[in-house]
Amino acid sequence: MDFELSEEQRLLKQSVERLLVDRYGFEQRTAYMKAPGGFSRALWKQYADLGVLALPFAEEDGGIGGGAVDVMIVMEALGRALVLEPYLATVVLAGGVLRHAGSQAQRASLIPKIADGGLILALAHAERQSRYDLADVATTAKRDGAGYVLDGAKGLVLHGDGADKLVVSARVAGKPRDRDGIALFLIDAKASGVSVRGYPTIDGLRAAEVTLSGVKVGAEGVIGEPGKALAVIERVVDEGMAALCAEAVGAMEVMHELTVDYLKTRRQFGVPIGNFQVLQHAAVDMLMATEQARSMAMLAAMMAEEPNAVERHKSIAAAKVQIGRSGRFVGKTATQLHGGIGMTMEYKVGHYFKRVTAIDVLFGDADHHLAAIAKMGGLLAAA
Amino acid sequence: MDLRFTDEEAAFRDEVRSFFKQNLPENIRRKMVEGKKIGKDDIVAWQRILNKKGWAVPHWAKEWGGTGWSPVKQYIFLDEMQQAPAPPPLQFGVQMVGPVIIAFGNEAQKKKFLPRIANIDDWWCQGFSEPGSGSDLASLKTTAKRVGGHYVVNGQKTWTTLAQYADWIFCLVRTDPESKKQQGISFLLIDMKTPGITVRPIQTIDGSREVNEVFFDDVKVPVENLVGEENKGWDYAKFLLGNERFGIARVGLSKERIRRLKELAAIERVGDRPLIEDERFRTKIAAVEIELKALEMTQLRVVAAARNGRGNKPDPASSILKIKGSEIQQTISELLFEVVGPYGLPYQPSQIEDDRVNEPPIGPDYAAPLAPTFFNWRKISIYGGSNEIQKNIIAKAILGL
Repeated sequence: MDFELSEEQRLLKQSVERLLVDRYGFEQRTAYMKAPGGFSRALWKQYADLGVLALPFAEEDGGIGGGAVDVMIVMEALGRALVLEPYLATVVLAGGVLRHAGSQAQRASLIPKIADGGLILALAHAERQSRYDLADVATTAKRDGAGYVLDGAKGLVLHGDGADKLVVSARVAGKPRDRDGIALFLIDAKASGVSVRGYPTIDGLRAAEVTLSGVKVGAEGVIGEPGKALAVIERVVDEGMAALCAEAVGAMEVMHELTVDYLKTRRQFGVPIGNFQVLQHAAVDMLMATEQARSMAMLAAMMAEEPNAVERHKSIAAAKVQIGRSGRFVGKTATQLHGGIGMTMEYKVGHYFKRVTAIDVLFGDADHHLAAIAKMGGLLAAA
Repeated sequence: MDLRFTDEEAAFRDEVRSFFKQNLPENIRRKMVEGKKIGKDDIVAWQRILNKKGWAVPHWAKEWGGTGWSPVKQYIFLDEMQQAPAPPPLQFGVQMVGPVIIAFGNEAQKKKFLPRIANIDDWWCQGFSEPGSGSDLASLKTTAKRVGGHYVVNGQKTWTTLAQYADWIFCLVRTDPESKKQQGISFLLIDMKTPGITVRPIQTIDGSREVNEVFFDDVKVPVENLVGEENKGWDYAKFLLGNERFGIARVGLSKERIRRLKELAAIERVGDRPLIEDERFRTKIAAVEIELKALEMTQLRVVAAARNGRGNKPDPASSILKIKGSEIQQTISELLFEVVGPYGLPYQPSQIEDDRVNEPPIGPDYAAPLAPTFFNWRKISIYGGSNEIQKNIIAKAILGL
């Protein structure tokens, strides 16, 4: 049992944090948001130079062979800086599909490009009706010679409008919500029949609605075994949730720091407002919520590589519940304790609040996962 | 970063678990599971079993019976003990006064008291709170006036847990009425048989008698019963209160209670289904399980930090343990009450206190302790520094507010 970072991990943390301190000031971030795709390509290149884009991929595929804890370290740093870049979409989600299900040829051709920053990917899985049910795929893939033809619509594709290629799920058999019959495909975002409607999300990041009409995919674009993709998607989404938990912890830390600083500097009634016990206790409640979230983000990272899929999912879902609840609590309290200034677009804290709220919603909010865990019988066996 | 115990730690856990399984008397274990009253005899009997094994006071210095276990092993030991479930060691002795005597007492005091604490040959109670000194403990008024070779103690202590069994009490007393609050306080060991001591029970809302008032009326205490230096007692009290890091969250106990909760919720029915399948109820259980998992992880972070020698500087995580631990225990006790629905209402103290009661219980045989325990456990967020005081401490010490 060990909660310390290794020397390498400490260096990784330092180097990412140092880069972001230099390059992710609030005004800089506002400028990046206005760039095409809603993020900084220059910074993306610097992530590549630091090796973080190669981090979770196997060395033989051109990666660094890092684990979920390494990803956690990066995501927490990205959360602290409130970054806009598509790390989750490209490296964790779509990249995760390639890691777990990509063929030798697919990995060899794509991973080095991800690693050097030359390829942005997005995972197009959810649909308008699917809410948080990963098996609810209505998009179809019909056989067409050696390949397939895709028809359907994908929603809330994170960074879908900045992506060069999309990893798309579609049904080769069965009906929506069947566990069997789902397949994964790699398509070019500019392929004929693909239409991408990008938009900003409430947290300042980007997503897209993607329509597929008669999109042809060759055999080389099929990822993994058609019909059996759900287990891959579940695994990747678990890893994505673990990564989001870490990102949220970074954001909560900053909200807490900003709030405590504000309590020390803002004066009313002739004293710093941090002298008031009711505000002190609220700040302590934020600390507790943040630390409980940190504990669960660590659990999620350490369980992300657990071979037993049920145990893996339960732990990560439990972490997601904690992060959802803690994130909303810390965000709301940070805004409240800042008073009016916390309500303004020009001040940081509200942006962090929006991001942690978005993180709660992504891949199932606290209520969703709580109900699911309860249905599975909870975490402990009865006496 | 790694969640798994080392092979050695895992083997240790198995050893501890199987020792508890084989040596915890079944009648005591049953009372613990059922939430019935654990008496003095039960606590003493269990402590002596542990003492025989050499596990009575694992966290003490080795020369006084400590085991030299790593923080991780100490944690495993307590966690397994709570899950067994075995009675908790009498904290006033092994957790509180024992470590104070080891750290600040003289050789004679160590020889006289420590072995008897480890074996509960002496039952200790704690004389800190007074009627006018709760959260503001340093305002205490009980005085000890030096007269020749004695202190003469006058005043009143209150909320004195299990003083009705006590052979000894350790007290904070005011030895210098002139100096500022925290200075002028001394740490005295007082024999409960000394003339002038009166113990009066206080009944708590659940109907039980755990706490007492203790009155001191010209009680003569030999000066050799002073621990450390005169007027330094506040430092020793702070040491004592900051001493407990591994058991305070009571994660093991809460795990055991959740298992019990699920067991009972599978027996109780709502309509044609077991209560455990009721969506609202099972969601409430899952919510507290997740809180508990987070607390367990937080606890493990603190334990691991202590193992890595970072135990002396305050870890923000450790401050959360008492607050969150108390909230979780209280939530579980409320759910256990809720499990039996209206049969939480019949008040049957004899079913809780007397394990050889002949009368059949009213309602299910597991119901009687549940409501009283819910009410009794409200104390957890009050004693040892209320949760509000804990938050004041965190605000000041960690947040710098």
